[in-house]
Amino acid sequence: MDSRVAAGPAGAPAGRVIRVNGPLVEIEGLAGVAMSELVGLGTQGLPAEVVAIRGRSVSVQAYEYTGGLAAGQPVTAWGRPLSAQLGPELLGGIFDGLLRPLGAAPTWLDPSARRSETHRTWNWQPMLTEGVTVSEGAVLGAVPDAGGLDYRVLVPPGVSGRLDRIAAAGTYAAEDPVAAVAGCLVGFSTQWPVRRARPVRERIYTEEPLLTGQRVLDALFPLALGSSAGVPGGFGTGKTMLLQQIAKWCTADVIVYVGCGERGNEMADVLTDLADLVDPRTGRRLAERTVIIANTSNMPIMARETSIYTGVTVAEHFRDMGYHAIVIADSTSRWAEALREFSSRSGALPAEEGYPAALPSALAAFYERAGRVVTLGGVEASVTIIGAVSPPGGDVTEPVTAHTQRFVRALWNLDHELAYARHYPAVAWSGSFSRDAEQLGVWYSRNGDPEWVGRRARLTSLLAEADRLGDLADLVGAGSLPGHERVVLLAGRLLREGVLQQNGLSANDAHCSAEKTAALIDTVFAVLDDCESLIDDGVAAAEIEEIDYSPLMRAAQETPPDGVDGVAERRERMLAVLAGLR
Amino acid sequence: MTEPDAFPRAPRSLSVQYSGVAELRGPLLVVRGVSGVGWDEFATVGTTAEGAGPAPRHGVVLEVDRDLAVVQVLEGTEGLALDSTWISFSGEPLRIPVGPDWLGRTCNGRGDPIDGGPPIFGVHDAPVAGYPLNPGRRDPPADPVLTGISAIDAFTTLVRGQKLPVFSSAGLPHLELAAQIAAQSTAGVEPFCVIFAGMGLTHADADAVRATLDERSAAGELLLLVNTADDPVLERILTPRIALTVAEHLAFELDRHVLVVLADMTSYAEALREVSAARGEMPGRRTYPGYLYSDLASLYERCGRIRGKTGSVTVLPVLTMPAGDITHPVPDLTGYITEGQIVLSADVHARGIYPPVDPLASLSRLMRRGAGPGRTRKDHLDLAAQTLAALARARQVRELAEIVGASALNATDQLYLHFAADFEQRLVDQLRGERRDLDQTLDRCWDVLTVLPARELTMLPSGMVEAHTRKGR
Ligand SMILES: Nc1ncnc2c1ncn2[C@@H]1O[C@H](COP(=O)(O)OP(=O)(O)OP(=O)(O)O)[C@@H](O)[C@H]1O
Ligand SMILES: [Mg+2]
Repeated sequence: MDSRVAAGPAGAPAGRVIRVNGPLVEIEGLAGVAMSELVGLGTQGLPAEVVAIRGRSVSVQAYEYTGGLAAGQPVTAWGRPLSAQLGPELLGGIFDGLLRPLGAAPTWLDPSARRSETHRTWNWQPMLTEGVTVSEGAVLGAVPDAGGLDYRVLVPPGVSGRLDRIAAAGTYAAEDPVAAVAGCLVGFSTQWPVRRARPVRERIYTEEPLLTGQRVLDALFPLALGSSAGVPGGFGTGKTMLLQQIAKWCTADVIVYVGCGERGNEMADVLTDLADLVDPRTGRRLAERTVIIANTSNMPIMARETSIYTGVTVAEHFRDMGYHAIVIADSTSRWAEALREFSSRSGALPAEEGYPAALPSALAAFYERAGRVVTLGGVEASVTIIGAVSPPGGDVTEPVTAHTQRFVRALWNLDHELAYARHYPAVAWSGSFSRDAEQLGVWYSRNGDPEWVGRRARLTSLLAEADRLGDLADLVGAGSLPGHERVVLLAGRLLREGVLQQNGLSANDAHCSAEKTAALIDTVFAVLDDCESLIDDGVAAAEIEEIDYSPLMRAAQETPPDGVDGVAERRERMLAVLAGLR
Repeated sequence: MTEPDAFPRAPRSLSVQYSGVAELRGPLLVVRGVSGVGWDEFATVGTTAEGAGPAPRHGVVLEVDRDLAVVQVLEGTEGLALDSTWISFSGEPLRIPVGPDWLGRTCNGRGDPIDGGPPIFGVHDAPVAGYPLNPGRRDPPADPVLTGISAIDAFTTLVRGQKLPVFSSAGLPHLELAAQIAAQSTAGVEPFCVIFAGMGLTHADADAVRATLDERSAAGELLLLVNTADDPVLERILTPRIALTVAEHLAFELDRHVLVVLADMTSYAEALREVSAARGEMPGRRTYPGYLYSDLASLYERCGRIRGKTGSVTVLPVLTMPAGDITHPVPDLTGYITEGQIVLSADVHARGIYPPVDPLASLSRLMRRGAGPGRTRKDHLDLAAQTLAALARARQVRELAEIVGASALNATDQLYLHFAADFEQRLVDQLRGERRDLDQTLDRCWDVLTVLPARELTMLPSGMVEAHTRKGR
């Protein structure tokens, strides 16, 4: 077994397995174990967590396959809750749901196979001197070469006092302590129980955008740093593609990507993509600001349940260093299914569709770990959470989708019809929402884009109007609509195809700067305004419709991600063609 | 009362026979007084009564509780009585021998040869449940498996290491298509073999599949596992696992590209539901167990490639959507796990087209990794994208024509209708034994596409159309 979860205290009271039903195991004779404590099952010491205690009998959920585990086999208590080991090796790594490094694991994840131990060293740069008084959350020093950003070593929560000792600059083994504060040793890594939120000084509510690089999101349904978003959509509607784009291009400092009960091939994809991409900020690999947690659908189901907590804990760890971290979880429905499966095995009374009655509170607690805060160390930082939801049969009234909508700040609904028509990202403009939009409008007006609010309002109403007219046109034929309505239909098409659609596979278009997004939208508005005045001047709608709008439709794909100039040039060209109709 | 013949393995030294059977219920058997029996262990069940049905039978431990074990009997419990039934446990989850000896053989759904040949011995043995493949060691799927079916190779290219299901409905020729793919697919010049796992097939279907696969089987390139509709239902739970276990060994230890065809997964899911109902589990959506997603994933996820190895496992599950409903749990959850889908359509079938693929509803999400320059042909991806776009347009035109009448269409729209008909008849439609190589397929695609004027083909890079027309001359 891997040392980071195994190895309990020697001589701990030995229990016995009495019942095994898949990941649900009952044991006896472990007097004094606590809820959420870890135990090791059988001679192999399979990790499991205590989930119920009834008199002498203790129920645990096992984090590995329990095949071959028999009644009577020994159980040892490890005397600590399920915890994540948080250290500099996280950046650029891939881990399982318990945060055990998959890089050190064998090709086939046989629970009895040994994992190789890695002996790493880190460069240490102290930032304080011995004898000063420090309080919790203060930065003791940094590991400059851990990845794409400075990894900071902090005074742990709950510890303060005299800095008794601090190691001189140099190279140290990963497990060496580098400081001692009021008698407490501090190393590069720290342990934290994953189900408990790491403490902060206070939550704050000023909003600032987290740009995703996806036009439909940044312009219509924007997200603030420290906010949360749900992405429901049936299979193949583009959840994973959207989340992967955000992972690659969003403006967070640290990206935690959790593959929760999804495909192994997709994890291989994220890994290779990130390893190939150059980080525009640092010139290093983008992967070095990313932590990947992979608990694919064929890996043990209960580790899937913990993987999203592990992911948030990692994000909080980097937040506490003063960074903006984001957790991207694909898919929270698989996590909910793990909850359901376990609760049905343990005979709990089922609520909606067999999910445990605690599902809504578990979802709420998860999304509540997002937030913008002042850290214990006194700096502003945030954790943002985005979770995909996979409703069975695409039915958005099912419990996970329905409850997620209640707890997130933004909902990006992926629409099957749009995806079928290959309109990607298939974010529906009706039915999605962002509760951050208003506040972010204020931010934009103070930070150089006072038109942002008006642009969004006009975009929203134009899309709705074009949809309404489109339905009408299907009934009576577009030709019988008045000229002004026909140009609205035209503008709707330009917006959908030239602005909202974004090809995730094109180097130019995979992401888009906020300025280019604004330029594209404003171009469509300018075209529409000219069309309206042409109609006023008696030009026939058919003539306007005949024009070749492809320079505009292709502007996104044919100009670079921040290609404002290219868009402006096309705008002038389009307006000149329209002027020619007079 | 010896070890079962199907799974030759050193007998467990202290193999104890228990006879304290306390309960028989549906496919379940509860035995008391056992000790040291592990969860998910494999068991052998027999009876001392005469003529009590199949013997020995096989089972899997579903739960252990102190001295009691709940066993799911694959062949069912019919004919068993409390006092004459015995059970012995193997001491470990089910393992089967793996090796090249499986190729060229025909077995039942439990892996026992039914071709009159000798027992199958392996290089070594492996657990049928398999181990999860470390996602950090996967290589993304790449390069095509060429099926020789135009509609698939051109528009939903099957990629080595991918899982791509066929969604069908009752009455459509999905089984014929699956068998044809199994019979004629290749991985170019690289070593390739096929495992066809039939589940819940009628005898007529099973015979037809066998006939189609005969030649490839004789060439030692194919393993056929057949669980027929009247075979024990629960045996189907093992069938795909045996197929995949044999496949993983062939692919990752013997460096072959292996295509695993699983037909019909709807029958498989029904077996799973039966066990779940017998255990009195809370049924999930439409009475299927809540763990159907994870169970299906434990099969489909066994496809893939591994860094540093040359072989691959590609999985092609075939399933019938009850009442053609794509939101039914089996297609729905399959869609959530697989990387795209090939959809068969009753409308296309009604027009007499074989295979009745609906290319617009179908998608191979990994196609870009399997087709295009250096993988198939330079023009492949652009040609496919343009053809599908034209097809989508043709479909709109057809709807319009239904309202206004075909004669009211303009000349270009008329051409689109012409294109759509050509597309089905000259490109999609092919004979059941016909293997089209990729060049033939793509050339036909050009032929039907260039019915349309060049100005309509805006998705093709300039020069490509001219280059093609020159070539055609
Ligand atoms: N932005 C995009 N640009 C281009 N193609 C896209 C885009 N988004 C989705 N697609 C296409 O849709 C396919 C399915 O997308 P994706 O895998 O993200 O769906 P999903 O919602 O995650 O499905 P599942 O629930 O099955 O995991 C992709 O393989 C790709 O072909
Ligand atoms: Mg996905």
